[in-house]
Amino acid sequence: MAIDSRVVARVAHLARLQVDDGESEALSERLNDILGMVDQLQQADVGEVEPLAHPLEVSQPLRDDQVDEPDVRDKVLPLAPASEDGCFLVPRVIE
Amino acid sequence: MSSSLFNGWEVVIGLEVHVQLATRSKIFSGASTATGDEPNRHASLIDLGMPGTLPVVNKEAIRNAVRFGLAINAEIGRRSVFERKNYFYPDLPKGYQTTQLAEPIVGAGEVVIRLEDGTEKSVRIHHAHLEEDAGKSLHEGFHGHTGIDLNRAGTPLIEIVSEPDMGNAEEAVAFARQLHAIVTSLGICDGDMSQGNMRFDVNISVRRPGEPLGTRTETKNLNSFRFMEKAIKLEVERQIDVLEDGGKIVQETRLYNGDTNTARSMRTKEDANDYRYFPCPDLLPVLVSEEDIDALRAEMPELPDARKARFMDAYQLSDYDAALLAASIATARYFETAADHGGDAKLAANWVMGDLAAKLNAEDLDIAHCPVPAEHLGQLIQRIKDGTISSKIAKQVFEACWAGDGSPDQIIESQGLKQMSDSGELEKIIDRIIADSPAQVEDYRGADEAKRKKKIGFFVGQVMKATQGKANPQQVNQLLQEKLTP
Repeated sequence: MAIDSRVVARVAHLARLQVDDGESEALSERLNDILGMVDQLQQADVGEVEPLAHPLEVSQPLRDDQVDEPDVRDKVLPLAPASEDGCFLVPRVIE
Repeated sequence: MSSSLFNGWEVVIGLEVHVQLATRSKIFSGASTATGDEPNRHASLIDLGMPGTLPVVNKEAIRNAVRFGLAINAEIGRRSVFERKNYFYPDLPKGYQTTQLAEPIVGAGEVVIRLEDGTEKSVRIHHAHLEEDAGKSLHEGFHGHTGIDLNRAGTPLIEIVSEPDMGNAEEAVAFARQLHAIVTSLGICDGDMSQGNMRFDVNISVRRPGEPLGTRTETKNLNSFRFMEKAIKLEVERQIDVLEDGGKIVQETRLYNGDTNTARSMRTKEDANDYRYFPCPDLLPVLVSEEDIDALRAEMPELPDARKARFMDAYQLSDYDAALLAASIATARYFETAADHGGDAKLAANWVMGDLAAKLNAEDLDIAHCPVPAEHLGQLIQRIKDGTISSKIAKQVFEACWAGDGSPDQIIESQGLKQMSDSGELEKIIDRIIADSPAQVEDYRGADEAKRKKKIGFFVGQVMKATQGKANPQQVNQLLQEKLTP
């Protein structure tokens, strides 16, 4: 798959990154280079290899179902740009 | 087996069901899953996605998912992997939802549904995976802004994905009800749809028989079974109308409004790979051992189908009655308590499915919130059985119970509803009525046996009126027959 400035704009939007038109071409080139490397990787024969989700050969430790986290609302609400009635405030979002 | 066609169109329905697991704490943090408290009181640093925090998986969430898998005869994921589903929305603090994709905890399974005509149908489950719930966006009361409450963020969910095996609204609702019965019987979910404990998204498409699948839409916001049925019918009609007018179906998410029975397009569905899933580096693969699975299997509670069989056996209920009463754990518990207290299962079944169901339906109440405790219905049944009150008066007592006037015994006592057992008093009333109605008496006496049976109704009615329904109908009939026969 070749990346052009349209794909760059779309990926940037999905990641909420601001990309100027001037940067777009250079980014396309670099992303195409990376994909070139991935293409090379994809030529490797992995038919016998299990997909890897994590590099460590250990499994997830589990936690007992207990409530043990403190209420931090009064510490974290002031960190937000705006809050009201115990809620974080954001610009109006209506789908 | 085959689903009926709608004007030559075949309807294809699949469901995605989000089930909130009834754990005390969240799936990745020790914050409480309690609802109804002040906003953000249960949003821990992990739920807020603060830098430097690490999630740790709640054992009970895993166990609950495995319980569900066992209940639908699914392959249990001995190894399951959490992934990140990336999207931006204000009620998703981390910028991704931790969920499962390629290696879910529950693999393919099956749910058998029973339709109104008595036939059974199997609906295949594609898989069920574990994930975290998002917070809530509040659009009212923040003068032009949106308030974000993250108490729900991180509440464990299983998302159950069915195959598109349903062909109409009835099948989809039967499937949804059966899933509800299973998860509430397992005790892994409270099942209160109005509170969003269980959320059903319905994928619908239509096609001409034999053709490839049509473009599907997803309908959300179905917070009761009744709304689900209406929403499906609405969407099927809409799609058929669009296609018959030469239009095309757009793949989109539609939001149903139960108050107006309308739906509107919410957003066109993003492609699956727009979410840029990848394995979550913060979480290791979750392993479930054979011993864990065996232990959970050994302590499985009674499931709806087994309960139905037991009801038929222990209470001598018909297949139909048993299926209805066993379908929901709340109804089953209510019925059993009423039957045990009342000492008459058939009578208890009739009341629960009859007067009680009608009343709950009329007031749009769940049986779990029924104002008449099951013990009181049991007492009412006892009083019908021992002849203290007639079935007719019982309805009056039931209404008073519903209104909060007390227990049946208290109401019978305080409102003087006890059936008249003194036959002397009853005889006096009957004598008076016979004396007051010479024309009817003559008419009765001149009639043949068959007609008399009908004509006696007049006298019974008069006696009941005079005794305000407190006379025992059998006794009245018997006395009347004796006295009217010349």
